[in-house]
Amino acid sequence: MKIDLFITCLNDALFPQTGLAMARLLRRLGHQVHFNEAQTCCGQMHFNTGYQREALPLIRKFVNDFRNAEVIVAPSGSCVAFVRDLYPKAAEWAGDDDLLREVTELGKRTYELSEFLIKVLKVEDVGAYYPHRVTYHPTCHAARLLRVGDAPLTLLKNVRGLTLVELPASEQCCGFGGTFSVKNPETSTAMLADKVQSVMSTGAECCTAGDNSCLMHIGGGLSRLQSGVGVVHLAEILASTESISAGSSETIGAMQVSAEALL
Amino acid sequence: MSAGGIRPARPFPEAARDTLQDAQMRRNLKHATTTIREKRLRAVAELPDWEALRTRGAELKDASLSDLAEQLLTLEAAVKRCGGQVHWARDAAEACRIVTDLAALHGAREIIKVKSISTDEIELNAALEQRGIQAIETDLAELIVQLAGDTPSHILVPAIHKNRAEIRDLFRQKLGAELLTDEPKVLAEAARLYLREKFLSTKVAVSGANFAIAESGTVCIVESEGNGRMCLTLPDVLISVMGIEKVLPQWADIAPFMQLLPRSSTAERMNPYTSFWSGVIPGDGPQEFHLVLLDNGRTDVLADEAARQTLRCIRCSACLNVCPVYERAGGHAYGSVYPGPIGAILTPQLLQLEDENANTLPWASSLCGACYDACPVKINIPEILIYLRGQITPHKSHNLENTVESIAMKTAAWIFNEPFRFEGALKLARTGQGPLVQHGAIHALPGLLGGWTSSRNLPAFPAKSFRELWREEGEV
Ligand code: SF4
Repeated sequence: MKIDLFITCLNDALFPQTGLAMARLLRRLGHQVHFNEAQTCCGQMHFNTGYQREALPLIRKFVNDFRNAEVIVAPSGSCVAFVRDLYPKAAEWAGDDDLLREVTELGKRTYELSEFLIKVLKVEDVGAYYPHRVTYHPTCHAARLLRVGDAPLTLLKNVRGLTLVELPASEQCCGFGGTFSVKNPETSTAMLADKVQSVMSTGAECCTAGDNSCLMHIGGGLSRLQSGVGVVHLAEILASTESISAGSSETIGAMQVSAEALL
Repeated sequence: MSAGGIRPARPFPEAARDTLQDAQMRRNLKHATTTIREKRLRAVAELPDWEALRTRGAELKDASLSDLAEQLLTLEAAVKRCGGQVHWARDAAEACRIVTDLAALHGAREIIKVKSISTDEIELNAALEQRGIQAIETDLAELIVQLAGDTPSHILVPAIHKNRAEIRDLFRQKLGAELLTDEPKVLAEAARLYLREKFLSTKVAVSGANFAIAESGTVCIVESEGNGRMCLTLPDVLISVMGIEKVLPQWADIAPFMQLLPRSSTAERMNPYTSFWSGVIPGDGPQEFHLVLLDNGRTDVLADEAARQTLRCIRCSACLNVCPVYERAGGHAYGSVYPGPIGAILTPQLLQLEDENANTLPWASSLCGACYDACPVKINIPEILIYLRGQITPHKSHNLENTVESIAMKTAAWIFNEPFRFEGALKLARTGQGPLVQHGAIHALPGLLGGWTSSRNLPAFPAKSFRELWREEGEV
C-alpha cells in the first residue's frame, strides 16, 4: 500500500524520532511510505483554542496537501480525531459545502497508527522487540473519539520481551488538553499529579501512548519529579527490533532521543 | 443563602486557583464522584439497549426543541384548561417578580421549596428575602447548603463538597439538634424534625420542573427524598418555575427519560419519588397552581443551530461526575449554579456570551470527552465548548494576556501556512532556546507559557526536525 505520512507539527518539531520510527515500521511491513514536505500543521491548536478564522486556511492547506493520498497515517490520535471529527464541523460552521464534502472523504482515509495496523493492515504482531516493563496510557482522543479500543494493547502484547503492566485509572485524562495546560495550569497540574502517581505506582520503566502531546505532558511531570520513569511513543516501541537500538534503555527517560541513533 | 445565580464573580482559572487549595473539599469530591461514577457504569451496563435509549432521548428532545413555541402554547392551553395559571418570564428579574408577587399576595412570610436549579438560576431566594419572605429549602442537601450560608457546588448533590462531620456540626449549630454521631440516619432525622413542622405550617410552595407534558398540561418532578412531594401536596398554593426547554409534546415521550435520568444521576434503576400534577383538583392538594415559563437566554441558545443541543440537558449531573476538571476544581470554581461540563457551555450561553467571567468557562476543559460519553441525551459538550471558544475569541477584551495570545496564534498560523516558514521558525527556535535548556529539557519559560513549566519540564527542540532528517536520510 502507498501510505502518506502525516507527521503533525509537534512530532516534526520536537519528536522526529517518532515519525522516523513509524516510517521504518510501515516499510518493514512491506509498504511504500511517502512524506509530502508541504505539510505543516492540521490547525487543531488554533481551532480548539478559539482561533477558528486562523485555522480554516490550515484546514484547506491540509486538504490540498493530502488530496491525492490513498491513505494517511499519523502518530497522533488527537490530530487524526481532529481531522476526522472536527474538520467536517469546521466546514459546516464556515458554511462551506465543498470543503465539507472533501473533508468527509479525507477523514475516511486518515488513520491513527495503531488503528491502521489493526483495522486496515490487520497485523497484530509487527515483529517488534522491546525488553522493558511498560505501562500504557490510553489518550482521550484515541480512546473516546477514535475508539481505537484495544488496538494498542493488542500490538503491545505481541512485542517480544515487553512486560505490559496495567495503569490504574487509565481512562482518566492526563490534564494536557492542548492550551488547557497553559490557560488553566493549576487544574491541569492537579490532573497530571494523579496521572503521574498512577504511572509511578505500576513500577514500569516507561509509559507509552499513541500521542506525543500527552506523553510530553506526562513525561514533563515525571521528569520534574525525577521519577526515573520515562515516556516513549508507541510507534518507537513497535519499530524496535533486536537489531536496532531504539529499545535500549538510554532512550527511555530521555525525552528526546537522538534521532540519528535510530537510523 | 443557596441562591447563587449564573454570573461568575471571577474568571475560572482564578477561582480554580483558590478552590484547588482546599484539600478537604478535593478529597470529599474525589470520594463522591468516584463512587457514583462506578455505580453509574454498573446501572447503565444493566440495560442492553442503553445506546439506543440515549439516541431516543436525544431525538425526543430535539423534536420538541425544533417546535418549541408550538409546544409551549399547547402546554399553556392545557394548564389553563386544568385550572392552572401560566406566566411567561423573559428573564430572571421578571420571573422573580412574578413569584414574589404571588407569595406576597397570599401574605406568605415563609415559603417552602422543592429543590430546583431554575430558582437558583434566577436567585429567587434573595428576591424573596428582599420582600421579607423567607425561603426554606426542603431537600436535605439544599438545606445543608442554605444553613451553611454556602452555595451549591453540584446540580444534584449541592452539598457534595461537605462531609458528614461538617454537616453534624452545622446541624448542631443551626438547628440546635443534639447529635451524638454523624451517621446519615441521625443527620436525616434531625433534618426531618425541622422540616415536618415547616411542611405543616407553610401555605405557599415553590418548585422547579423536570419535565412538562404539553398535551395534558402536566408537570413532573422526580426526587429521592419525598420532601418534594410534601411541598407539592400540603400547601394551598404551588408555584412551579420551569425553563422553557423542559417541555415534551406527549405522555409517551416521557418513558425513555424515566430510565435515562435516574440511572445517569443517582445510578438507580428508578428514582424513589415521581410526582405528576395537572392544574388543580378541588379539595385535593394545592388549590392554586401557577406555572412560570422561564426564558432567561434560552431562546437565544435555541436560535443557534450549532449550540442548540445544549437545551437537551435533563440536569442529571452525569457529566459533572465524570469530569476530571470538576473533580479537582470543584463546583464553586464555575461561579454559577450550573457547574461542570454542562455549566461550562450553558452558563456563558444564557448570558449571551457577554459576561467576561462566564466567557472563560468554555476553556475550563481539557476536551477529554468523558462528559459526552456519559451524557444520557448525547450532548456533544466538547464540540460545543470548541464552538463557543470560536465565538468568544474574536470578541475577547483587549487585556494584555489576550493580546499576547492572539498575536502568538496569528503568527503561528502565518508560519504554518508555508512549510519554508515553519522550517525557518524551527531553526530559529533551536537557536533561541539555548539559555533555557538544562540537561536537554526546559524548566522555566517566560510569559504566557510559564504556567506550564511551573510543574512540568518541556523537551528542548532536537538538533534536527523530522523534515530535515527525512530529507537527509530519506530511506529510513
Ligand atoms: S449535559 Fe447531559 S450529562 Fe450533563 S447534566 Fe445535562 S443531561 Fe446530564
